[in-house]
Amino acid sequence: MSILIYTVLTLSLIGVVAAAVLYGVSKKFHVEEDERIDSVATMLPGANCGGCGFAGCRAMAEALVKEEDISGLFCPVGGNACMSAIASLLGKTPAKKDPQVATLKCGGTCDKRPKTTVYDGAHSCAIQASLYTGESTCPDGCIGEGDCVKVCQYGALSINPQTGLAQVDAEKCTACGACVKACPRHVLELRKRWPKNKAVYVGCSSRQKGPLTIRACKAGCIGCGKCAKVCQFEAITIENNLAYIDSTKCRLCRKCYNECPTKAIKLIGLEPLAVKTEEKQ
Amino acid sequence: MSSQIFVSPSPHVHGPFSTKRIMADVIFALIPAFAVSCMVFGLGVITLALVSITSCVLLQYLIERFIMKKRSTVGDLSAVVTGLLLAMNLPSTIEWWIVVVGAIVAIGIAKMPFGGIGKNPFNPAITARVFLLIAYPQQMTYFPQSMSSCVDAFSGATALTAAKASAVDFATVDHLNMLLGAQTGSLGETAALALLLGFAYLLFRKVITWHIPVSIFVTMALMASCYGIFHFTTLSAVVSFAAFHLLAGGAILGAVYMATDYVTSPMTKRGGVIFGVGIGLITMLIRLWGSFPEGMSFAILIMNGVVPLINKYVKPKRFGR
Amino acid sequence: MKTFPIGGVHPHDCKEFSKDASVEVMELADEVNIPLSQHIGAPAVVKVANGDKVLVGDVIAEPGGFMSAFIHAPVSGTVTAVGEKVNAQGIPQMMVTIRREGDDWREDIDRSSELVPTCQLDSKQIIEKIRQCGIVGLGGATFPTHVKLSIPAGKRAEFLIINGVECEPYLTSDYRTMMEYTNEVIVGIKILRQAVSAEHVLIGVENNKRDAMELLSKCLTQCDGIQVVPLKMKYPQGGEKQLIAALTGRQVPPPPALPIDVGAVVCNVSTAKAVYDAVQKNKPLVERVVTVSGRDVKQAKNMLVRFGTPVSKLLAKCSVEQCDKQKVLLGGPMMGRAMSNLDAPVTKGCSGVVVLTSKEASRCEQKDCIKCAKCVEACPMGLEPFMLYKLSKRSNWDLAEQEDIVSCIECGSCSFTCPGYLPLLDYIRLGKGRVMANIKARNRK
Repeated sequence: MSILIYTVLTLSLIGVVAAAVLYGVSKKFHVEEDERIDSVATMLPGANCGGCGFAGCRAMAEALVKEEDISGLFCPVGGNACMSAIASLLGKTPAKKDPQVATLKCGGTCDKRPKTTVYDGAHSCAIQASLYTGESTCPDGCIGEGDCVKVCQYGALSINPQTGLAQVDAEKCTACGACVKACPRHVLELRKRWPKNKAVYVGCSSRQKGPLTIRACKAGCIGCGKCAKVCQFEAITIENNLAYIDSTKCRLCRKCYNECPTKAIKLIGLEPLAVKTEEKQ
Repeated sequence: MSSQIFVSPSPHVHGPFSTKRIMADVIFALIPAFAVSCMVFGLGVITLALVSITSCVLLQYLIERFIMKKRSTVGDLSAVVTGLLLAMNLPSTIEWWIVVVGAIVAIGIAKMPFGGIGKNPFNPAITARVFLLIAYPQQMTYFPQSMSSCVDAFSGATALTAAKASAVDFATVDHLNMLLGAQTGSLGETAALALLLGFAYLLFRKVITWHIPVSIFVTMALMASCYGIFHFTTLSAVVSFAAFHLLAGGAILGAVYMATDYVTSPMTKRGGVIFGVGIGLITMLIRLWGSFPEGMSFAILIMNGVVPLINKYVKPKRFGR
Repeated sequence: MKTFPIGGVHPHDCKEFSKDASVEVMELADEVNIPLSQHIGAPAVVKVANGDKVLVGDVIAEPGGFMSAFIHAPVSGTVTAVGEKVNAQGIPQMMVTIRREGDDWREDIDRSSELVPTCQLDSKQIIEKIRQCGIVGLGGATFPTHVKLSIPAGKRAEFLIINGVECEPYLTSDYRTMMEYTNEVIVGIKILRQAVSAEHVLIGVENNKRDAMELLSKCLTQCDGIQVVPLKMKYPQGGEKQLIAALTGRQVPPPPALPIDVGAVVCNVSTAKAVYDAVQKNKPLVERVVTVSGRDVKQAKNMLVRFGTPVSKLLAKCSVEQCDKQKVLLGGPMMGRAMSNLDAPVTKGCSGVVVLTSKEASRCEQKDCIKCAKCVEACPMGLEPFMLYKLSKRSNWDLAEQEDIVSCIECGSCSFTCPGYLPLLDYIRLGKGRVMANIKARNRK
């Protein structure tokens, strides 16, 4: 009987001491924190993707609560709805941004861009890019080892085995920009997202001169400038032998598509203008 | 268009090592010891080894194919090594189903749940042996009288059990007999010389370095000598006692084949020495003062747990520092 | 026998293919492309224009900074283009194209083969002459030699170390240089010694080149302080830090420390020969000995090649069978770079062209790491490659920096020895680049 009593007593004593220690420690190390941080953090998507520029959603929440002017802070995943909800909670004015989507600026599929060498090293775009031009002779195109796929948290990217290129699933893409940072060739770009994911863009990143580009890849932009001439909205610029369509100025008129001799300009979710006989790429 | 050429980062050539070659070397190094145990315990041990190896390989294959859903890696022979080492750790009379249970513990619990080869924190064969020792103590410590003619030294119980029961006169121990395979015990505990032959082969093929086994042996010898000084009167008895502990039981099998397992030993040579000293110490503590006659497998298992710590703090000497 | 203290591997040396082939003069190409960046540091600034006539040895580009080098015309003829051309890796690079007309040399270059044994110039004059002749380290690193020889104030060169190790498999260009230009090399060494006023001169030669060692020692008997040291065969003995450690026992601390911090200056034997040509013969660096070797090479050769000659021409000369899945390397198989464009020119750093057969060239399938620690054992810098590999793969640059990733010399011993065929160096090289960029960015702040 006495054993039982001693056991119960000792255990209770240990329990009391432990509770006291825990209480003391929690008091001593308690950090005074704005309660709103928690509620803001729960409103954010919670993916910790880093698309906002912070390490995680909590860091973003702290910044949103602390800073007076939050117009520079934006969560691309949550979008305008999320930002305005947070802003109304905090009584600040939210930043507004057009929704965006990652776009691959390369059309060098296996049939358009012949392979001249076989890469036999570690499967990483960054390693291959630092070594040489990649399996084709185009020094600017998509390598297709999938560094972007590895960093995408939303499963929006994949390597298409038919084309050997990365492809973006626009429905899943949240425009967090992780792939843009990971791509050693900078062939991914965040562009304005149109309704139904329609898009007109230059599917090429080659800054080489026209003849070299076309030797490396039949779908390359040769920088001829025909598209820039026909564009009424001054959306197209030519720099380093490469056309660029500014997605904020473009109105999806598709005139440029018909002019492009190599069909480096791509249409998504749109039919070409019926000016000429249809030339499908 | 020129023919396609290969491009890759340097280096463009590779040395002679491969996982498969290393594993094959380990198997090869175990053959003499296995042959001796065949002679001592009869051809039944071949069946035992076959059961153990087959169940390990099969289990690994099934887990990789149907649970992990990846390409099977049984081709690298690591499961064969695990199976063979497990067999070397069992007595020859053990029932076949206990061997299968051992294989399940080795592959199914100690190896594959951690991600397969290279990721297990504990040596699979040792884990299985310890499990069986605790779960089936009777079967695991029932040793037959060996068939060899020079076995009169100890009968029935192993040398270490006899030593534990203070039934050994250390002044008259026949070390030569122990060296040549006159001990009874697990398959791999009989033939010290054959095991050392395998050790020499592994060193020659640069599969292992001397650091771990030698530091285990030296620690055990020192510890045994210290103990001996207090318990024996003559110097020859002290030396004989130390030699007895090196030759008896699983000391050599454990030190050469189990403790040197790449995955569960430290990455640096200095770390290896620390690891070896630890194993030697714990083994002798258990042998001299513990309740089990043999402590090698426990010692290896305990030190396996310390390996991540050793790896964290013992770094190789950097060039120029 | 001496060797370096930590790590190292033993690849098969494969030198038997080209070892006994004496140096042949390669015929001149009709058109040469000369890259403006053939050295470590800033690219040279072009000084010629389209249509200019040049003689062999005329300056076509001047240094683009302190760490840079002159570039001279390797053939006489007309400049036909100055612009971007693709290099051996297929990447566009600035090059000067010259169409060859005859072989006319600049007047003041002494082209006789007569040995000029003595040099009366002082240190400054020698270094200036070396600079004017565009000499860079010919061992492969292409570090501008005049920069290396300009000892910073407060430092002293105790040892001049001459690198005759050539630890890369297949390559024999340094060996042939030692065998055939022995006296020139020795005079070059003496000039280098004069330039840095070193107390001791050590020539490190690996044990597989006994005849070169004997020849050098025979020609050296009359002069003091120059010592030929035989070294045990082990890769990467030719690495600057490894060679210094092997010969002097001193270890160069991790970057940014340089060999001069332990009192050593290291030059290659081929560089010594080039220094002789520059100082005694007034001949700028326009050609070098290039080994063409490999199992697919029918006639392995050592050839004296003018810079700018397309590699494909060398291969044709050595009757290389073109077959699928070959690998053509600029340099040796341990550290050389694989070419994707065979028409790329031979440059100053190209000590050899090695053709690997399809069997040698393809990598084995990658397995899991079994933590065998063979990479740790092999690393000559005392690093833990398996860990750096993992950290690089996970983009954990801060931890990689703590684990001294920048000390890596990219020798490839780890990948060479890995039984799981892991691409250790591929990732470590990537990580090293990132970490160095991070450090640079931090220093700029």
